[in-house]
Formats: sequence, C-alpha cells, structure tokens
Amino acid sequence: MYNNYIYIAVMALVSYTIRILPLTLIRKPIKNQFIQSFLYYVPYVTLSVMTFPAIVHATQSPVSGALALVVGIAAAWFGANLFQVSVACCAVVFVIELFL
Amino acid sequence: MSSQRSYSFSRQVLVNGIRDGIPIGLGYFAVSFSLGIAARKAGLSPFQGFLASLFNNASAGEYAAFTLIAANAGYLQVAIITLIANARYLLMSCALAQRFSPDTPFFHRFLIGYDVTDELFGITIARPGWLNPYYTYGAILVAAPAWSIGTALGIIAGNLLPLRAVSALSVALYGMFLAIIIPPARKSRVVAGLVAVSFFLSFICSYLPGISTLSDGTRTILLTVLISCAGAILFPVKTEEENADVQ
Repeated sequence: MYNNYIYIAVMALVSYTIRILPLTLIRKPIKNQFIQSFLYYVPYVTLSVMTFPAIVHATQSPVSGALALVVGIAAAWFGANLFQVSVACCAVVFVIELFL
Repeated sequence: MSSQRSYSFSRQVLVNGIRDGIPIGLGYFAVSFSLGIAARKAGLSPFQGFLASLFNNASAGEYAAFTLIAANAGYLQVAIITLIANARYLLMSCALAQRFSPDTPFFHRFLIGYDVTDELFGITIARPGWLNPYYTYGAILVAAPAWSIGTALGIIAGNLLPLRAVSALSVALYGMFLAIIIPPARKSRVVAGLVAVSFFLSFICSYLPGISTLSDGTRTILLTVLISCAGAILFPVKTEEENADVQ
C-alpha cells in the first residue's frame, strides 16, 4: 500500500524543484524554440484536458456540469476574474440542480 | 529614499502586497475548498490536505495528483503528473529570475520559489522595475494560508455538507482552470484552437475502447505531451514573447 505522506512529499518535491530551478540554477532565458513553445502550450492543454469532460461528471447531473462549463467559458471570455468565474460555475450548478 | 535598494524591506511595500493578496486569497479559499473535496476522495485526512496544499500551492497539480492517488497510482506516476500539470511554473520562474536585481541576496530566490502561482506571478511581474520580494511575501502571507486552510475545510465539509452543495462546489476548481485558459484563448487563435482540440480529444479518449481504461491522470499526461508537442511543431512561439518586457 502507498503512504499518503510519501505521496505529499513526492508532490511537494516536484513542485518546488520546478519553481526553484529556473530561479537558482538556470537563470538564463530558454533559447530553444521548440522547448519554449512546448512549455508555453502545456498549461493551456493540460488544464483543458483536465476540465472536459471531467466537469460534466463532477456534478450530480451532467446537465448542470455542462451548463457550468458554458457559463464559465462565457464569464472568463468577458473578463471575469478567477473568483467570479468559480462562483458563477458553482451558482449555475446549485440553481440548476434545485430544479432537477 | 532614492538610495534605497530595490529589494530592501519597506512596510509600505509589504502592506501593498497584503492588500493585493486579499482578493487572490479569497479566490483561493473558494477553489481550495473544492480541491479538498477531491482530496477527500483520494483518502486524505484534513491535516494531510492542509500539508499537501501548504507545500504545493498548485491547483491543477494537486488536483491531478489527487485523482491519481484515488486510483492507487505509484509514486513515479504522481511525480510525472505533478511535473506536467505544474510545468507552467517553470516558465514563470524563468521570467521572475530576470527581474531580481543582481545584488538581491540569494535566499530571496528560495522564498519566492515557494509560491510561484498563476496569480502571484501575475501581480509580481506586473510591477515595474526590479522585483521587491517583500511585495510578493505580503501577498503570500494572505494567499498561502487561505489555500491550505481552504483545502482542509473542504475535506471536513465534504462529509458535512448536503450532496447538492458538494456537487455545486466541486466545479469551483474547473472555474479556476477556465479563468486561466480562456483569456489567452481569446487573444490567440492558436491557443483557442489547442483548447478546443484538447477538449475534443479528451472527450473522445474517455470513451474510446482501450484508452478509456487508462486512469484519468495517465490520459492527461499522454494527451498533454502529444497535443503540446504538435502545437510546438506546427505553431512555434516567437522567442521574444515571454521575456520581452525585461530590462
């Protein structure tokens, strides 16, 4: 069996190393265009992959999850900040599920 | 005053950091609450969730790791998903490294590296001139406790709240992801296209026979590497884009 504290230590070690290496050892801009482009796209791709279809399965009803996705995209598109987008998504699910 | 060094402590700078950290902390609290619900599914105690958030400060990274832990994945797999989901912080740290004045004592780099997140990076890099670490420390003082306490409370409340409330709260994290990916997608057609392709392939892969039997975390790793590689080959980013604003 795996130990939760070792899991947490592994996560923390990787997270801190990623952040601290460029600040201490690398310290020069990455010149390689492929690596730079790859690193630039990774966050958008990974967050997208993790968001859909997972958001639809996260709620009690797939309908409310799907609507939260649509509302969240619209809110972020029109400039809502992190807090506003998150609250909008939660509110949609809460209200929709009152009627389902 | 003019002889003051860029990195020296000033009460005003610290207070400015705390002030700007408050809205961030508020957002973190809401989102980490929903992260706690995921941590509970992975079998973490409130204290373990608190530790995980205190030492990781990473929404997507923690969430991805929790889904793998819930599936009883090995340590190496958890390390890989944490690396992938947090790879963006590598870029942010590169940009921050350019903003330290050469005479700033080295230990500040280790402290700033503790909490490089999308939001804290954003407010730090937005300030003109050399970086004053005390500004960022002020924001971290608010944001980091909100994040880790929120996670612990999410784990506790996941047991207490009615199912409908848990259902609503569990999308807060996805809301945060959307708040990160949509604004750049609006500005760049390439990013918008990659987001759409990612949604589509992720959807297909969760139903495709064979691939759908892989765990969510493994699918995320494979798709991220494949799609980002394709993006980097087809649409290389102009090299000056990331560091253009550095002195």
